[in-house]
Amino acid sequence: MTKLINRRTLLAGSTMVATTVAMPGILRAAEPPTVKVGVIQPVTGALAYDGQQGQIGAEAAIKAINDAGGIKSLGGAKIEMVFGDARSTPEGGTAEVERMAAAEVSAIVGGFASPICLAASQAASRYDLPYLVDVGVADSIITRGLKNTFRFGPGFGIVAQTGLDNLVKINDAAGKPAKTVVIVHEDGLFGAGLAKLLQAELPKRGFEILDTIAHPTPSRDMSNVALQIKAKNPDLVIPSSYYGEMVLLMRTLQQQHIKPKGIYCILNGAASNFRFVKEFPDAAQYLMDCNHWHDPRKPVAEALRKTVEASGKFWTYNIPMNYSSMVILADAIERAGSTDRLKIIEALNSSTFAGHIMPYGPTKFVGGQNQGAAPVNTQVQAGDIKVIYPTDFADAKVVYPYPA
Amino acid sequence: MLSPDIILAAVLNGLMNGAIYALIALGLTLVYGVLHIINFAHGATLTAAMFVVFIAFTVFGIDPFVMIPAMALGFFGVGYALQRFVVGPAAQGSDNNVLLITLGLSIMIENGLLAVFHSDTRSIDVPYGFSSFDLGFTFLSVPKVAGFGVSLAVALVLWVILIRTDTGKAIRAVARERMGAELAGIDVEHIFAVTFGLGAATVAIAACLLMPTFYVSPRIGNAFVLVAFTIVVLGGMGSIPGAVTGALIVGIIESVSGLFLDESLGQLGIFILFILVLLLRPTGLFGART
Repeated sequence: MTKLINRRTLLAGSTMVATTVAMPGILRAAEPPTVKVGVIQPVTGALAYDGQQGQIGAEAAIKAINDAGGIKSLGGAKIEMVFGDARSTPEGGTAEVERMAAAEVSAIVGGFASPICLAASQAASRYDLPYLVDVGVADSIITRGLKNTFRFGPGFGIVAQTGLDNLVKINDAAGKPAKTVVIVHEDGLFGAGLAKLLQAELPKRGFEILDTIAHPTPSRDMSNVALQIKAKNPDLVIPSSYYGEMVLLMRTLQQQHIKPKGIYCILNGAASNFRFVKEFPDAAQYLMDCNHWHDPRKPVAEALRKTVEASGKFWTYNIPMNYSSMVILADAIERAGSTDRLKIIEALNSSTFAGHIMPYGPTKFVGGQNQGAAPVNTQVQAGDIKVIYPTDFADAKVVYPYPA
Repeated sequence: MLSPDIILAAVLNGLMNGAIYALIALGLTLVYGVLHIINFAHGATLTAAMFVVFIAFTVFGIDPFVMIPAMALGFFGVGYALQRFVVGPAAQGSDNNVLLITLGLSIMIENGLLAVFHSDTRSIDVPYGFSSFDLGFTFLSVPKVAGFGVSLAVALVLWVILIRTDTGKAIRAVARERMGAELAGIDVEHIFAVTFGLGAATVAIAACLLMPTFYVSPRIGNAFVLVAFTIVVLGGMGSIPGAVTGALIVGIIESVSGLFLDESLGQLGIFILFILVLLLRPTGLFGART
């Protein structure tokens, strides 16, 4: 055998290769360009469950937007998701922002946990990248005055205020059965911050705090917490923990036959989670929470909930929060008529979008914070999560104090 | 001031948690004592075992306590095979390599579990999950008391295996003097693999004992292994009575200091003890002086 490839066949071959490689480019040119949007969620590490739930919401929104014809002012441009795993750490979040900035995304949605949102939005501000916080409630996310950072959901201050006001309402309406409180909280930014606020606010509202118990995440055992609650015998327990510890605590309370008059949560990790309610209906029964929740009056929300549940996943607030943040962003890009980051920021600032699925009314960002955002009160009743406040769309009456 | 009842209840809780820690620490200390390596895949093995128990219960309806013999045997086989065919050959005789390989294994197992199960927190609802013994001043969880008993029984069986059986003697011989054991005709590679298998079997049993009252997610094993490392050092690296005593002490200290200092600060108690042991008795409570 002599030469298998001579100059001519090589030339012919390389032309063919070049043509094939170039083809997708030609094909692509016929389609409208895409708008790259970054989605950051902690899908590995300690917060992975929440991150994965958030991802479901963002993906559902992108699908809905693209199915409805994409961004019309950009010639029907489809939204292309650039996904980043924050690995449950602020550093993970910033690393993903850097990558997304290099990948030329037009905006970023997500973060979930406050520390991740704080770090990631700050990193994004260096590139003037619009950053929509999906959940992160720490007030400092907004109060830093970053021009690029927007939060669709309520901040910690609003949630805590509403949570406390509604607690007083519920307690007053029942004839003030609760006077003493034990606070249980996880020792991170979220739990410790909430506990500090409760310690300052509850005495003003006539409650006596018997004890404040901090615990780490993850905790191997909640028996001690249960023992301390038993020793103090409070009327009311207010726990602020993530999912695993909250479920352990509730199971331990049930197992130890500890029955306060009420368990009232603010932004709890399990009290508004269907997994817990379905798996341990007895331990979850009558648990009250003041948390993010979708608007059950909106058909899109209920349809999304059905789709999610049909796929074998549990419905959590992360899904409608991310869904809503994404559609608000798409509306802003639509109105900006551009993928220019500063124009999108401008469009977000003038947003009056009401097509989201949270019970907030039309969007209005002031200094980055959506003014209408507010939490709702839910209660676990017979294996379901019911809205008990605000009354204009509550689908159940509160059961309090708990029947003996 | 807390009443004595509460403190006593905390001590009992600590003992029951400590018994589970003991099982997990036993596997670590055994592998360390014989192979002189820290098995970084220990936590991931625990997580994997917990998922097996979870599936056995949710899919086939098999009770975790019934699963114990099958889990112990199965994971012994897995551990044996891992050491014999993966860790051993890949290590090429260097301990540093073993560290990296077990670390790599743990990353593979954890991420494999994450890919399959996602990071949901899952738990099982056994019929006796909430039943308890009423001691008057406190309620003792039935599955936890059963776990305590099984755990101590396993430690005892392991102890008897090491003292009485030929394999046990061979394990101790390899631990003491590898070359001597080899010269005496002991198949060192086989003994290494048996030890690794025993380590995996103990965490598999721990998984059966944990699942009725705890939950599983792809990273949960690490929450237990960190405390197991402390116990191994406290009890003396490689010592079985040391691991059991150390685990019970750590369980009680964690529980009682949690009661007085808060759950978060309670963890301090363990690490203060850890530092004290390293300062005052670096070989641990039962460690052999070299």
